[in-house]
Amino acid sequence: MTALTPVTSITIVAESVLEMRLLSDLKEAGARGWTVTSARGDGPRGRRVSEIEGGNIRVEVIVSAAVATRIWQLLEDKYFPHYAIAAWASEVGVIRAGRYIAEGDS
Amino acid sequence: MNADVITGSLLSVPVLAFILGVIAARMKADLRLPDAVYQATAMYLLLAIGLKGGVALRDSNPTEVAGPILLSIVLGLTIPVAAFFVLRVMTKLGPIDRGAMAAHYGSTSLVTFTAALVFLDTLGVQYEGYVVTLLAIIEVPGILVGLLLAGRAAGGARTSEVLREVVTGRSVLLLAGGLVIGLLAGPVGFERVSPFFVTLFAGVLTMFLLEMGVLTGRRLGDMRTAGLGVVLFAVLFPITAGAIGVASALAIGMSPGGSMILGVLCASASYIAAPAAVRLALPAANPGITLTTSLGITFPFNLIIGIPLYWWMAQELAGVFA
Repeated sequence: MTALTPVTSITIVAESVLEMRLLSDLKEAGARGWTVTSARGDGPRGRRVSEIEGGNIRVEVIVSAAVATRIWQLLEDKYFPHYAIAAWASEVGVIRAGRYIAEGDS
Repeated sequence: MNADVITGSLLSVPVLAFILGVIAARMKADLRLPDAVYQATAMYLLLAIGLKGGVALRDSNPTEVAGPILLSIVLGLTIPVAAFFVLRVMTKLGPIDRGAMAAHYGSTSLVTFTAALVFLDTLGVQYEGYVVTLLAIIEVPGILVGLLLAGRAAGGARTSEVLREVVTGRSVLLLAGGLVIGLLAGPVGFERVSPFFVTLFAGVLTMFLLEMGVLTGRRLGDMRTAGLGVVLFAVLFPITAGAIGVASALAIGMSPGGSMILGVLCASASYIAAPAAVRLALPAANPGITLTTSLGITFPFNLIIGIPLYWWMAQELAGVFA
């Protein structure tokens, strides 16, 4: 069997109104692809504006450790202070690491 | 005011469906439409209103439309400024929350507008076909002025992003696009789609209002946290802005029906386009306050009391300006 390359998977659940901004920021941080699904739920910030414009989104993105650091920085600077967001990371393994990690990125 | 008009408005199927939605939400029952259906319903209403407006616009004389368009721009720019300063007197809200409120009250509510059209149609009252154009015009400047008044808070969006969000937002694009399509297709072309867009319209509106009722009902509980000044504002400001809209429309020679519609546009507060734009541009503003007032108080007030009230104003004032 092909050996798995360790990479970081980050999952972000956010107000759907942020979708376009968040995805363009992820791309800028170096993410090469992502999966977006609709989500429902509740959190300490309670109900929010996008109840009307369609709930929450759940974004999953697989990146290198370096890109993951940039994404965390980005979330801390631009999103966590203002918006209802949950985000977590886990180490996962993939084959075809080139799909997720640009060359030269560690 | 004629009692029949009020009971007729209160006991109309869409309004009753709205009340059912509110009751269901208070009982914690789930009557929400599936998300995709809700989105499709909103798109249907926007496109139907745009198309009908475009067809009607074809029959309008450009010189006749110029005055009302100019008036709508002036009202669209001044109402949010008025809201911003009235809130300073009536409430303890900070500038960011007042700017957010100004954006909501400066913009307008499609559903309130639609309910007003259905109200006039039921009474058999004539109104100018170009009122939809006025809806599309008044929708945008209020949001921008409100955001400018709040100043760009730290962490807020670039102006270009907000402008893009507002202009390419579904409401403006579908309304304006529908207007152009209706204008190009004309009555003959429209005839072919009218079974879908005209015959079914009141039924679809009823489904949508059921959903709005649920959303409103969920907001009602938050009213206590908003404060008395904010609650009073949410009722008194629409009445005042509505009266100004009705009177100024009559003064420039619009019909009582059309003037009532302009009053509704001035009185109603946005709860779809404005919240999204405000959330992006003013993340520090509290959506609890703006949505509770615009959706929880002003919307049901206008739907149940405001619409017959502005119609009464239009009839009473029509004699003054005649």
